[in-house]
Amino acid sequence: MADRPANGTAQGSNKPALSLHVPEPKYRPGDEVDFSHIAITKPGAQPRPDEACEASETAPLTLDLIRVLGDDNQAHGPWDPKLDADTLRQMLHHFAMVRAFDARMYRGQRQGKTSFYMKCTGEEATSISAAMALASDDMVFPSYRQQGILIARGYPLVEMINQIYSNRGDKLKGRQLPIMYSSRENSFFSISGNLATQTPQAVGWAMASAIKGDTRIAATWVGEGSTAEGDFHSACTFAAVYNAPVIINVVNNQWAISSFSGFAGAERTTFAARALGYGIAGLRVDGNDPLAVYAAERWAANRARSNSGPTLIEHFTYRAEGHSTSDDPGAYRSAHEGEEWPLGDPVNRLKKHLIELGEWDEDRHAAMDIACAEEVKAATKEAEKNGILGHGLHHPFHTMFEDVFETLPWHLEEQAAQAIHEREVKWPEGKKP
Amino acid sequence: MAVELKMPALSPTMEEGTLAKWLVKEGDHVGPGDILAEIETDKATMEFEAIDEGTVGKILVEEGTENVAVGTVIAMLSGDDDDDDDDAETAAPAPSPTVSDKDDEAGEGKGAGREPSEAEITKPVKAKAQRDPEVPRGTNMATVSVREALRDAMAEEMRRDERVFVMGEEVAEYQGAYKVTQGLLAEFGPKRVIDTPITEYGFAGIGTGAAMGGLRPIVEFMTFNFAMQAIDHIINSAAKTNYMSGGQMRCPVVFRGPNGAASRVGAQHSQNYGPWYASVPGLIVIAPYDSSDAKGLMKAAIRCEDPVVFLENELVYGRSFELPELDDHVLPIGKARIVREGSDVTIVSYSIGVGMALEAAEKLAEEGIDAEVLDLRTLRPLDKQAVLDSLAKTNRVIVAEEGWPTCSIASEIISICMEDGFDHLDAPVLRVCNVDVPLPYAANLEKIALLNSGAIVEAAKKVCYQD
Repeated sequence: MADRPANGTAQGSNKPALSLHVPEPKYRPGDEVDFSHIAITKPGAQPRPDEACEASETAPLTLDLIRVLGDDNQAHGPWDPKLDADTLRQMLHHFAMVRAFDARMYRGQRQGKTSFYMKCTGEEATSISAAMALASDDMVFPSYRQQGILIARGYPLVEMINQIYSNRGDKLKGRQLPIMYSSRENSFFSISGNLATQTPQAVGWAMASAIKGDTRIAATWVGEGSTAEGDFHSACTFAAVYNAPVIINVVNNQWAISSFSGFAGAERTTFAARALGYGIAGLRVDGNDPLAVYAAERWAANRARSNSGPTLIEHFTYRAEGHSTSDDPGAYRSAHEGEEWPLGDPVNRLKKHLIELGEWDEDRHAAMDIACAEEVKAATKEAEKNGILGHGLHHPFHTMFEDVFETLPWHLEEQAAQAIHEREVKWPEGKKP
Repeated sequence: MAVELKMPALSPTMEEGTLAKWLVKEGDHVGPGDILAEIETDKATMEFEAIDEGTVGKILVEEGTENVAVGTVIAMLSGDDDDDDDDAETAAPAPSPTVSDKDDEAGEGKGAGREPSEAEITKPVKAKAQRDPEVPRGTNMATVSVREALRDAMAEEMRRDERVFVMGEEVAEYQGAYKVTQGLLAEFGPKRVIDTPITEYGFAGIGTGAAMGGLRPIVEFMTFNFAMQAIDHIINSAAKTNYMSGGQMRCPVVFRGPNGAASRVGAQHSQNYGPWYASVPGLIVIAPYDSSDAKGLMKAAIRCEDPVVFLENELVYGRSFELPELDDHVLPIGKARIVREGSDVTIVSYSIGVGMALEAAEKLAEEGIDAEVLDLRTLRPLDKQAVLDSLAKTNRVIVAEEGWPTCSIASEIISICMEDGFDHLDAPVLRVCNVDVPLPYAANLEKIALLNSGAIVEAAKKVCYQD
């Protein structure tokens, strides 16, 4: 950047000085919170276009907020997915399980059983309700806060904990950061620590599915902050150009660690509205309304499955806890935000809806919470038999060299042989794995 | 059973903190989630919660204590009676202290006080030789350009396996910026020869996803200079998928395109990325020189279950070489080839450097120096044994590389010769590379900055002590 040339217009001329806008969140620690500026739409008031409609027909919905559950705890309008009580109870159970799991893993991290954990409190619907709206073999490319998908798909808790503890039972052989699960069986790709790389990969997977004439679609999740990455834009471009059977879920939980959504452009328009410029269908949904999330995801899945095109869904929600165990949100945002969040808590809303339907009650709910906590506790104990972080119960030393390539190349074989030999010399009596 | 409560870490990098306040006292009964203490670090304050039910036993670190190391036992928690058996059975066994202590012994591996038997540690393990398949006698040799050889390799593999497809900028209608995909659109159609939007980052990610989705993409970069924005997908996604997923998911994709300097395309379009990619575990990196190797290794790359970076060279595309006319000409990955036998000095090279090395060898022959030219062909995994075998024969090695000298393939070869071939060396190993500057555009400056056969001749004479 060049300085103003000496012979240029001097400051103090009558031209107005330019000023830089740096986004600033409304509330900082200690501030009273007032969320009345957030437009809360009337549940049931949003039209539901045909799933095969032109992308442009969804334009009004990208600036709206699709809601189904009202303050009366009833489901309203054309987006009501009309799920039966068993399905709703199952959803609620998944919610409770994720919450119990998060609580215990978080405490486990504080006790040194793992180095890192991330809770999804307040955002459970954006993964669980969405996953339930997909086919179980649709390929998912999540970010790092969608443990709800694995729970909804029945992935064993013990396997999740083995991965978090990086112990000898860890299917990923101690090679991935805690919570970066991977399960081919559950069509759950290997989570990337690099933000948004999963988005073009999901589109590429979806294109491959279309090339092969398969029936499975792909879905990806990305935080609102990460939509600033070039990857997200490439993903949208490719999805539009090749009409890829993919759903791009943007989880707008208002905060990317300490950067509020304004740093990703939220002061100017919605994240759903990004879809318009690409010619992709866009939906903006109350991410704390489990029925609305389910309905939107199902709409997008049906659209993709019928070759009608990709959909970008913005899940408008709130990250109720810190970014991760390494984060203390008290340092940068008001603690009142969570309490004042105008869209409530997804678990509570679903619970009240089921009670309103006469299909649930407080006693059963309390019993379910206890049962989930017990199940998580039992799974934790089971996983701990395989060791916890730093307890020395790891995969055999040699596995470190495996899977770098499909077959072990000579140079790794050599390195492994040398390292094993070195250990034999050092510890002639043998060393426990 | 008593559980040790240890000083927790707020983050993986935290080493110590202040135990600001105890919120429980000895004898208190606590349940899961109850806050036991407040811990302060320079970053934040955190609440330390109980994970299970139990009774607080002895408090070992008083509140207000600063610089408490992570992992220090700060208190004991006795489990509730009904939990006792459970805990006894399931608690993870502690590591054997003697073993783990020894593991981290300071100075280990530095050779100090080693037993004689430990010298064996650095003894190289003999690598398994893998040779090019024999070309049957009487096989017709055709003269084919590298460009055609690459195209034929892709076409043959696309006929053989319908999962194989090509994507990239201008690969279809335009037949490739350097015409390497000539004729593929006509034969395979627009669903297998796909023109993409202009974003290397984007289509590298798409290709990676398609490979995860069971196809075998060939991703063409118009040049590898443009692939720098895609390097995240190549290295962080493609190269790590198999490993990070514990072997569950593979990523069989080929990233290919011209690499290295062409003519007069300036500083941003003339770079050799061989050393960059060759340093990454999980990637196969191939950089052939002639038509036979280009075809045989491209076919191998497409069939490979691992992600492959296939580095071509714009200046070599138009050169023609003999190629055996075989139904299925596939060559082994990871195997170097002696392209000229010699006894006085070994010139190790790859890609366009091989041509210059051969030129230099002819000039050296006129001066009575018999040079052997070794074409690495694959940069990762590198054929170390071939380098060492040739060194054992000639006792002198120079490396000719069209690229920058620092942290280069040449550096790697020198390291191999030092580590495993020291006793065979009669002279220091020299590297002959480009000048260590961004490549100038002007013809005269460009010429001086690039590798050339004259510089190779000079270096060869130097290690033969004949200058």
